[in-house]
Amino acid sequence: MARGPGSGENWGTRVGVILAVTGSAVGLGNFLRFPDQAAKYGGGDFMIPYLVAFLVLGLPIAWVEWSLGRYGGRNGYNSLAGMFFSFRKGRLLPYLGVLGVVLPLMIYTFYIYIVGWCLAYAWFYLTGSMAAIGESEQGFGGFWESFVGSGEDGAAFADPMRSPLPFVILAFILNFILVYRGINKGIEWFCKWAMPVLVLLAMVMVVRVLTLPPVEGRTVLSGLGAMWNPSGEALLNPEIWLAAAGQVFFSLSVGFGVIATYASYMQPDDDVALSSMTAAAGNGFCEIALAGMMVIPAAFIFLGEAPHGFFGIGFVTLPEVFAHMPGGRLFGFLFFLLLSMAALTSTISLLQPAIAFLEEGLGVGRRASVSLLGFITLVGTCFVMYFSHDLKALDTIDFWMSTVGLFVLGTILVIIFGWVLGIDRGMAELTRGAEIKIPGFVRYLLKYVTPSFLLIVMIAWLSDKAWPRISALWTDGVARMSFGLILVATALFLLLIVQAVRRWRLHEARQTEVSP
Amino acid sequence: MTLGGIAMMVFAVGGITAFLLWCVYKVIATPGSTEHLHSQADIEPPDRDT
Repeated sequence: MARGPGSGENWGTRVGVILAVTGSAVGLGNFLRFPDQAAKYGGGDFMIPYLVAFLVLGLPIAWVEWSLGRYGGRNGYNSLAGMFFSFRKGRLLPYLGVLGVVLPLMIYTFYIYIVGWCLAYAWFYLTGSMAAIGESEQGFGGFWESFVGSGEDGAAFADPMRSPLPFVILAFILNFILVYRGINKGIEWFCKWAMPVLVLLAMVMVVRVLTLPPVEGRTVLSGLGAMWNPSGEALLNPEIWLAAAGQVFFSLSVGFGVIATYASYMQPDDDVALSSMTAAAGNGFCEIALAGMMVIPAAFIFLGEAPHGFFGIGFVTLPEVFAHMPGGRLFGFLFFLLLSMAALTSTISLLQPAIAFLEEGLGVGRRASVSLLGFITLVGTCFVMYFSHDLKALDTIDFWMSTVGLFVLGTILVIIFGWVLGIDRGMAELTRGAEIKIPGFVRYLLKYVTPSFLLIVMIAWLSDKAWPRISALWTDGVARMSFGLILVATALFLLLIVQAVRRWRLHEARQTEVSP
Repeated sequence: MTLGGIAMMVFAVGGITAFLLWCVYKVIATPGSTEHLHSQADIEPPDRDT
């Protein structure tokens, strides 16, 4: 096969690879969670820690997780618990792998709920009801609040037809059918061809936002200022650094254990360095150059401030943008439909670490493991949907899992890479089959800088800003129950890991007997 | 919008766009890269039931 850059055959393949790699990274984190976090933590003030975290944490730890996953796969394991067992340093290591199962599962419980919101908004645009919502007294903001039931707990179940419930059920069923049947080719096709359409739509929306006329004296420039102007005051707040790191991990899918599971199925000489870097670049582009130029500036222009309500900013602001675009109904329909499809591909991957663990740790087949996970995630999603007042359950699980949890697992992964496996072995794994030359300073970054940065931020947050979050677990009933749900899931999977470790030890003993 | 805001926006948006273009260039220009590059989308976790 001709391999030169000028080869016609290769151009199609290469473009396909670029689209698949960059497209696989796009999801709710880019267009909904990122603007919400940026608005919550001060726009420009958030962007400094965010950019630092992208370079010092996100990219290096993406390399680490891909490398550890491929290495663990060569040892015959596909879940983090199994991989940690195979690294053979300390008896406690496999139990840390519990995070690689619990984090994606708990994040799944609210992620699928938001997929339901996206599907609902696509439906509203398709049926034309969004125009009437915009003209109503409550406007897009009031509608979104009543739709998700942020006024009172149980709203979704009290009046299911005016809530996201039917759409969440649809998303849930679609998701489990896809996982059950293992339809990965369809996902690959979607990432290759439908994701670029989503990105293209977002580009058109950016152009529309940047050419908006002033609304009540609020101009595009002042909107961009709301997003990008740094004040510098918040830089000493460790919670912002923690949140920025959590956002980078969330959108790059790093620190979930998901990448490690997928990488474990790769061939030993497949590239992990350029693949993960291209995915991170595509993801960063969608987040910084598209969402960053669109959502908060639009929120400022239309609303005068950027509301933050746990992924809600996009549902309040983007309909305003569509309402000011020619063909806005079609744009709105396509955008929310493609975004929900993109998010569905992410929810499928969120289940893979737990499926891999149940299969290799307990010998449970695909169908049984999918059924068990269906039950666990259904309970979690119903919990998040029921406790909708101020979206407290969603906020609590999102903060402790997506921000703190991903941060902790990211720290564990980089310490294992640099210190448990050893930086020499780690770097040898990273550079194996690499299509780019890894610069020499990366070894020092991964061994010293990244772990130190993570530990300093965590210690600073624990000593200065953690108490309000921790005390809320005592004073707020829903926060306490949400955290309790996380603890129950963790305890359940720890017990299963105990059983899995026994099986793996037995298996190893038998292997040793067979091959003296 | 302040000067600092403009600088930050240009640095961030320009930087990430240049970074993405460089990655795309590397994928296109590196011989054999299509055979060894992967994403979650094209990795098929095997079904042990079948």
